[in-house]
Amino acid sequence: MPLNLLDADSDTEFAKREGLWTLNFGPQHPATHTTLRLVLELDGEMIIDATPDIGYLHSGFEKLGEVLDFNQYVTIVDRMNYISPLANEISWHHACEKLLGLELTPRCSYLRTILAELMRIHDHLLCVGACILDLGGVTSMFYCLNERERIFDICERASGQRFHTSFTRVGGLLYDVSDEWLAMVKDFIKTFPSTLKDLNRMVMKNRIFIERTQGVGVLTREEAISGGATGPVARASGVARDLRRDEPYLAYSDLDFDIVCATGGDCFARFQVRMLEIVESLKIIEQCLERVPKGPIFAEGSGKEALPDKREVYTSIEGLIHHFEAIMPNRQMQPPRESLYAYTESPNGELGFYIVSDGTLRAYRAHTRSPSLIHFALFPQLIRGCLLSDIVAVLGSLNIIAAELDR
Amino acid sequence: MTAKASRSLEELFTAWGVTCHEFRQQSQVTIASGMFLSAMAQLRDEAGFDMLTDVTAADLLEYGGEDRYRVVYQLINTTSGKRLEVRVHVNDPEPRLPSMYPLWKSADWLEREVYDMFGVVFDGHPNPKRLLMPEEFQSFPLRKDYPVKGRGERHNFPVITRAES
Repeated sequence: MPLNLLDADSDTEFAKREGLWTLNFGPQHPATHTTLRLVLELDGEMIIDATPDIGYLHSGFEKLGEVLDFNQYVTIVDRMNYISPLANEISWHHACEKLLGLELTPRCSYLRTILAELMRIHDHLLCVGACILDLGGVTSMFYCLNERERIFDICERASGQRFHTSFTRVGGLLYDVSDEWLAMVKDFIKTFPSTLKDLNRMVMKNRIFIERTQGVGVLTREEAISGGATGPVARASGVARDLRRDEPYLAYSDLDFDIVCATGGDCFARFQVRMLEIVESLKIIEQCLERVPKGPIFAEGSGKEALPDKREVYTSIEGLIHHFEAIMPNRQMQPPRESLYAYTESPNGELGFYIVSDGTLRAYRAHTRSPSLIHFALFPQLIRGCLLSDIVAVLGSLNIIAAELDR
Repeated sequence: MTAKASRSLEELFTAWGVTCHEFRQQSQVTIASGMFLSAMAQLRDEAGFDMLTDVTAADLLEYGGEDRYRVVYQLINTTSGKRLEVRVHVNDPEPRLPSMYPLWKSADWLEREVYDMFGVVFDGHPNPKRLLMPEEFQSFPLRKDYPVKGRGERHNFPVITRAES
């Protein structure tokens, strides 16, 4: 793309655009938070058109997915939406398990549900916090980061890693969690609501925040459906779809929770939906904690899909043989030679994986349907007619994660 | 659009002479590229599939079978929640398909990505350019004949010294 859009145009186009100026926003700009570029055409401070230019973080994840096996690729999937890494892992292995036809054990599905909802809180906190930081409110950001830190601790206790946990495995989890871990989560959901209350007062009742976001970047219901929007972005525009309720996976069908919807379709509505979803997530985690059953965490299949418990591998000959059979490419089980598209409700929207299987435990093609890509495509139509300073509000409300955008 | 949402999927499939393949409760249907555009328009207007959630492709070079590229469309009916996977096959030397942009706006970037990665050209696309790779990039990286480590694009980057810049 030419640096100056005016260079590429003919004389008549130039005459029409007289008085307009072009501004290059990014790829390295603190308010984009990640590496993405916008070429803006402005009339004074009014945005006439915006042309996103993406691909700066493209690192060929999908090509790597064709070389690594289902369990190895999870470390790459982690790095897509790095604001909520575990949500990606759960989604990826959900797709693998659906392909293999594995049924999760009750304990595993409850633990994964808790983790998925913790990640939703994690993601929404950063989304709201970072946006209010861009809009000039520094304090609330630290409230968000402080609570995120506690979720990092919870991840660390479970998996040994704070950030890129790589915690899920095909048919189970890397380790079972201890009772102390469950107590840690319980402690979090007990103390977090008071911070959330403060945060709500500071953000959603903040006059500056409301005036900067209300009526800005309006996405109508029809545009949301035609544009493929999902998750909080779609729900803020009145599309009452949530995969957790509509096509339940994990333990969601047993749980009681509400789908948060708004009708405004503007930035404020998107943040409102996110803040209220945090409350629903807390409700879900609370119910899960009461019901987490005891039992194995790895699914029972033909015995070759799921890895055996690490303790067994190190201490018994059967465990070692089991591990060998599950790991060696010529002895592994064979998934059907089919393809499928599986999806979960990630914090950002529908995160789907399309796997073409050639009968090995390595995907022939592993495509990611990333919500950020779809939502960023909506950006030019949202920002047209807004002011230059509204960019941060709209970008923040869509929660664009460049690593997921470019993959 | 909703007024005409009358014909059931089975009726449409019988009219087209295609069969629906079910795998793990997912409906997958393969449509010939000749009737693709009209079929997709019927799916939207008559079967009520108002959201196109994903477009992707797979290079079937090493998979076996006659066709080279499979382009996959994931459709959702947001009223009933029904999903449908539509597949269409295209071949070298000129893999071409009509663009779905006039029917669903979400096709815009998704089709650009498929062009970028596989070189499938979408006729009637408003902005048929690469999405992720740089404009001057020559190959289509997700094709199976493109090596994982690349073809030296990275190693042959021009190095600009401080004196030259």
